Amino acid sequence: MEAVQPNVGFVFGLFAAIIITSALLVVTLKNIFHCALALIVCLTGVAGIFVLLHAEFLAAVQVLIYVGAVSVLIIFSVMLTSNLASRRIVQTNQNALVAGFAALIFGAGALLLLKLHDIWPKAGSALPDDNVMTIGKLLMTDYMLPFEVVSVLMLAAMIGAIVLARGERS
Amino acid sequence: MFETYYPILFLILFAVFLALVMAGASILIGKRTRLGKKGNPYECGIDPVGTTRDPVPVKFFLIAISFILFDIEVIFLLPWAVVARDLGMFGFVSILIFVTLVMIGYFYELGRGALKWD
Amino acid sequence: MLEMIVASSIKVIIVMLAVLTGCAYATYMERKVVAFMQHRIGPSYAGPYGLLQPIADAIKMAFKEDVVPDKVERITYALAPIASFVPSLLVFAVVPFSADFTLVGRQVTGVISDLNIGILFVFAITSLGVYGIVLAGWSSGSKYSLMGGIRSSAQMISYEISYGLSIVGVILIANTLSLRQLVEQQDTILHWYIWKQPLGFLLYLTCAIAETNRLPFDLPEAESELVGGYHTEYSSFRFAMFFIGEYANMIAVSCVGTTLFFGGWQGPFLPAGLSVIWFVIKVFCFMFFYIWLRATFPRFRYDQLMNFGWKVLFPLAVVNLLVTGLIVLW
Repeated sequence: MEAVQPNVGFVFGLFAAIIITSALLVVTLKNIFHCALALIVCLTGVAGIFVLLHAEFLAAVQVLIYVGAVSVLIIFSVMLTSNLASRRIVQTNQNALVAGFAALIFGAGALLLLKLHDIWPKAGSALPDDNVMTIGKLLMTDYMLPFEVVSVLMLAAMIGAIVLARGERS
Repeated sequence: MFETYYPILFLILFAVFLALVMAGASILIGKRTRLGKKGNPYECGIDPVGTTRDPVPVKFFLIAISFILFDIEVIFLLPWAVVARDLGMFGFVSILIFVTLVMIGYFYELGRGALKWD
Repeated sequence: MLEMIVASSIKVIIVMLAVLTGCAYATYMERKVVAFMQHRIGPSYAGPYGLLQPIADAIKMAFKEDVVPDKVERITYALAPIASFVPSLLVFAVVPFSADFTLVGRQVTGVISDLNIGILFVFAITSLGVYGIVLAGWSSGSKYSLMGGIRSSAQMISYEISYGLSIVGVILIANTLSLRQLVEQQDTILHWYIWKQPLGFLLYLTCAIAETNRLPFDLPEAESELVGGYHTEYSSFRFAMFFIGEYANMIAVSCVGTTLFFGGWQGPFLPAGLSVIWFVIKVFCFMFFYIWLRATFPRFRYDQLMNFGWKVLFPLAVVNLLVTGLIVLW
């Protein structure tokens, strides 16, 4: 029984609509807590796109780290500044119309350029079925230096977080 | 290729449907009365004292940051764990370096008291 | 293709109904077992031996008034029970319930979806469990809910890391992330991973109890300290959703634990079609242990809880991982 592929274009369009709508909600809603929730939806949509690209490991990591950890941090920090969460924030100022117009022109120009010059590299071959094993092998062999540098980066992040958060104490 | 994902999608939809049915059922079936004093937040029967939106202490924020970083460490350990046997001692030593650097950060946090008092 | 969709949809519905019934009767089991351990009888009026008690509770809860206090933030308040309920059920998509068997001539796999990133999917969904709590605590507009919500979410994320590390220990031995292959590798009782990862199992168990907010780690919902914690302001079915979500989470974590450490559906004497019985027996033992712990231990204080998670469990988990790696690769 051969597997009939789903209409990938349709599913991609659905995920893209989710991402764009929630991203627009993040920058337009008046209650910052709702903006944080819309961000969560946006990041989950990105995980969906990863699934469509057969990058399952990345999709799971996206959900785990971005939705499960970073968004929790964002929500904690929204709760940390109490008056921020209950105040109605104003997302635009008097330049809103001009800025919107400029963004539209820029977006249209970028799309036109992309259509005329085919600059995106096409995918060479389909991803191997066992993502995780390939990533594991590559991380340890070809990409070992970036892998170790990541740990130094995490160390720096930890130290930085403590210095920033407790700096005023000591 | 995507066969394994259809059931998950169906499960998500089914679970959300169940949740909405339950929420809808409670709104439809339950009694309706005017709330009056029942609408106040619960405080053991007395009127609420103090504001409800006190700021959250900083230590929770530090816990969340530490959680992100150590979670990323676990994420990096997973692909290594799957191919550990093929990579042998070479892979183990490189992971050891990775884990050691992260644990240096952990001991620094421990020493500075970031993980103290909850 | 259509046949596959229909087959997996039927499996989903069966599993969901089984899980929901399991949750309902887990409440019954808890009350009965705790009662017997406390030398009393427990529910015995609703039906023979009180077996209809969960149904009575459900009907009672349905007819209660749905009180939405004035100060809540409506959208988040409505969203929180759903955010707590759905991830608990989603874990069951990758748990292998039984061996593959043939039913009316068709081959049926014993798992709803054999993802090749199985255990990572479980880990990711577990980390989403924080949201129901934090949203409920924040939106309820009450100090107790907020305190309960934040403490509970901080507790959950603290124990999440050791949970992941204990799983990595099992994967080091198994070399696969797929839960179905993990169970197939544990074909006899001597091959169960608990013998190879005893410390990993203890870590997993402790973190699982902390993740599901059960005694001795249930300060965030302790009745005597914080009234009801993050679900103080919820009533009727919304409260029921939190409740069911918590029990579904317990069952889910028990299922994943039996898959990782106790060989899932593997067991002697039974044919492949009935191997789900072994699975149910093992999960039942896990649940009994959960309830036994609840009846026995006092509660941890919050700072003891957090210190334990960060200063004891996390270094132990890292040591477990490194020692396992050394033994596997030497």
